[in-house]
Amino acid sequence: MNFEFSEEQDLLREQALGFLTDNCPPSVVRKILEGDESFDADLWQNVVEMGWTATVIPEAYEGLGLSYLELSVIAEELGRALAPLPFSSSVYLATEALMRAGSETQKQEYLPKLAAGSSIGCFAFSEGGGQTTAKSLQCSVSGGKLRGTKLPVADGDIADFAVVIASADRGDGASAYLVDLSGAGVNRETVKTIDPSRSHARITFDGADAELLGEEGQGWTLLENVFNRAAVLFAWEQVGGADTALNMAKEYALGRFAFGRPIASFQAIKHKLANIYVKNTLARSNCYFGAWAISTEAPELPIAAATARVSAIQAYYFASKENVQTHGGMGFTWEFDCQFPYRRSKLLATNIGSEATWQDKLISAVEADRAA
Amino acid sequence: MDFKDSPEEATFREEVRAWLTDNVPAAEELDGLDYNDRAKLWQKKKYDAGWACIRWPEEHGGRGANAIEQVIWNQEESKFDTPDSIFAIGHGMCAPTMMTWATEEQNKRYLPKLASGEEVWCQLFSEPAGGSDLAALRTRAEKDGDDWVINGQKIWTSGAHYSDYGVLVVRSDPTAPKHQGLTYFFVDMKSPGIEIKPIKQISGGANFNEVYFTDVRIPDAQRLGAVGQGWQVSLTTLMNERASIGGGGGGCNFNSVFDLATKVNLNDQPAINDKGVRAQLATWYAQESGLKYTGYRSMTALSRGEIPGPENSIGKLVGAPKQQDMASFALDLMEASGAIWDSELSEAAGMFQLTYMASPGLRIAGGTDEVMANIIAERVLGLPQDIRVDKGVPFNEIPTSNS
Repeated sequence: MNFEFSEEQDLLREQALGFLTDNCPPSVVRKILEGDESFDADLWQNVVEMGWTATVIPEAYEGLGLSYLELSVIAEELGRALAPLPFSSSVYLATEALMRAGSETQKQEYLPKLAAGSSIGCFAFSEGGGQTTAKSLQCSVSGGKLRGTKLPVADGDIADFAVVIASADRGDGASAYLVDLSGAGVNRETVKTIDPSRSHARITFDGADAELLGEEGQGWTLLENVFNRAAVLFAWEQVGGADTALNMAKEYALGRFAFGRPIASFQAIKHKLANIYVKNTLARSNCYFGAWAISTEAPELPIAAATARVSAIQAYYFASKENVQTHGGMGFTWEFDCQFPYRRSKLLATNIGSEATWQDKLISAVEADRAA
Repeated sequence: MDFKDSPEEATFREEVRAWLTDNVPAAEELDGLDYNDRAKLWQKKKYDAGWACIRWPEEHGGRGANAIEQVIWNQEESKFDTPDSIFAIGHGMCAPTMMTWATEEQNKRYLPKLASGEEVWCQLFSEPAGGSDLAALRTRAEKDGDDWVINGQKIWTSGAHYSDYGVLVVRSDPTAPKHQGLTYFFVDMKSPGIEIKPIKQISGGANFNEVYFTDVRIPDAQRLGAVGQGWQVSLTTLMNERASIGGGGGGCNFNSVFDLATKVNLNDQPAINDKGVRAQLATWYAQESGLKYTGYRSMTALSRGEIPGPENSIGKLVGAPKQQDMASFALDLMEASGAIWDSELSEAAGMFQLTYMASPGLRIAGGTDEVMANIIAERVLGLPQDIRVDKGVPFNEIPTSNS
């Protein structure tokens, strides 16, 4: 049994943790949360220079050609630091879509720039309201021109290009397109969200140039493939963040005295923190399985991704809300940092399909497995 | 990252599998034997071939195997339909205590017979006044010549009625503070003055007993540890609660509730099509999966010759309430029929109803949910112990419950 990261991967984790501890303390998250900037450009530059954006891009496209295990390690540490970066949009989603479906020309054009961090990508699929499906899509392309509105698009206000999912009259009902966001016919504005440390936008397309990515009528299948991989990486960010919430709660409970004793000695608090630890541990172990599944292209990926995603959503939500609760009134103040994980947990939970959506996918994957 | 055995582990697994394939008792071999005799037959067979208690040293009846080999053995044995064990407490808790605290002569006398299944052991710890607060126990031990005389009552003793020996912790000095007045012994369960009464449970079964001690004499030579050191010896027993890595479990699980949801209807469709049912099942699937892969992480540590991290301590706290909640959910899925508990009329021969009635015990036995949460909080997260009002107080001055 070798169900563990390698020594090299552990070394990478140490480096990432050390770097982010120094360069992404809570004050950096707060600066983006409170300020007008959409992300921390200096931090992004540092992350790029360490090669994190290039992790899984093949060497032929100027990437590092490492595995998803290395990317999992980085994801967990970015999540632990609640880094205010467009990393998930550009790396887990846009890069992934290009690697899965891009033509040789498209890969050569986009992947080196994504690896170098000089281009930031985003993934535009949601169209507001509730769940967006292939059937519900309103955005469409006619004669190479895209029309319609995407809302919200994570990092849509800062990205250079978008992978856009639009409706199609064949195949799975959708097609994917590459759209230059600085081009004509693109109107975008930042929207307010529950977590301003991670920027989101409304993008209105009015005849923007759209270049087909992958086959026509295969857009929803591509989305599912990309989401299955992204779900594991999101889950790593979520368990990283959930650990941060647990540690915040623990440190506060040990230092806060009431009735002449640390509140960490009360069973009501001890049991709360133990339950956070339990949920975090279950989610982390499921993330291991997810990391194994993406790194080996295993047929179990759909079930592994859904399992990691469901347990990570539950763990992060629970840890972040009970962290606020452990802090009492102070946890509800703007001055304290408890708000960061509480905001981020729900943002990540809704970004690529909610808990209910992934619970349904999980059971569908079990059913598919039984039918096979 | 992979799930493969190392070459040595693969060879060992092959050897185990081959032996099990050839030696697991066939149905006719077990015909006419009762539950205990089946367990003893299987244990003896393993012992004779050197496959009993494989982590124990050879001179005590084991094989000198390492921790990962034990896990591999457990995994392989669980794939076969073998008689249920009645030796878990003896092998998992009593034996490690003996190995740490008994004399070499005693270990030579008792451990091989424990390994072979010839003698069964039980654990006499809990008392009516000492459950989660085990050290509050009151059964008295008084020195009389070379013997100790025991008076009092133990409770929740699994298998007392068929055990040959038991490990026993008792109060030898009521004037000392709680943890300091205890002494530990092993006792012949056939000693005069021991009376065993089964306890009927809400599930209808009777797996536990009350054990009454009236002037029971135990030779001082059967004392483990010094007089007054009983708490320290007890900790050896408690820390050896059998590692559950790689083990299975009875009762209902994701698969059985999923299957049920495909059979029963909700709103004129199979219940599995209902979004609420799917959401609930997915959560349990993720919990089971999380426990499984947590076990794999622990196995990896063992495989590398390391000590597993604390993550394995979550198993019971997750598993026991999950059983109860899944059983409750399964009964709800059957609507009015959920109340029927009948081996012919009920789905799965009444397994869900049995789990519903048996699972409250799972959340209590071997450490309540609350105790398990305390253990995680204190040993894993490093949170302080609760403040104890009885600390340093002579035991006979500590307030007690209404009787």
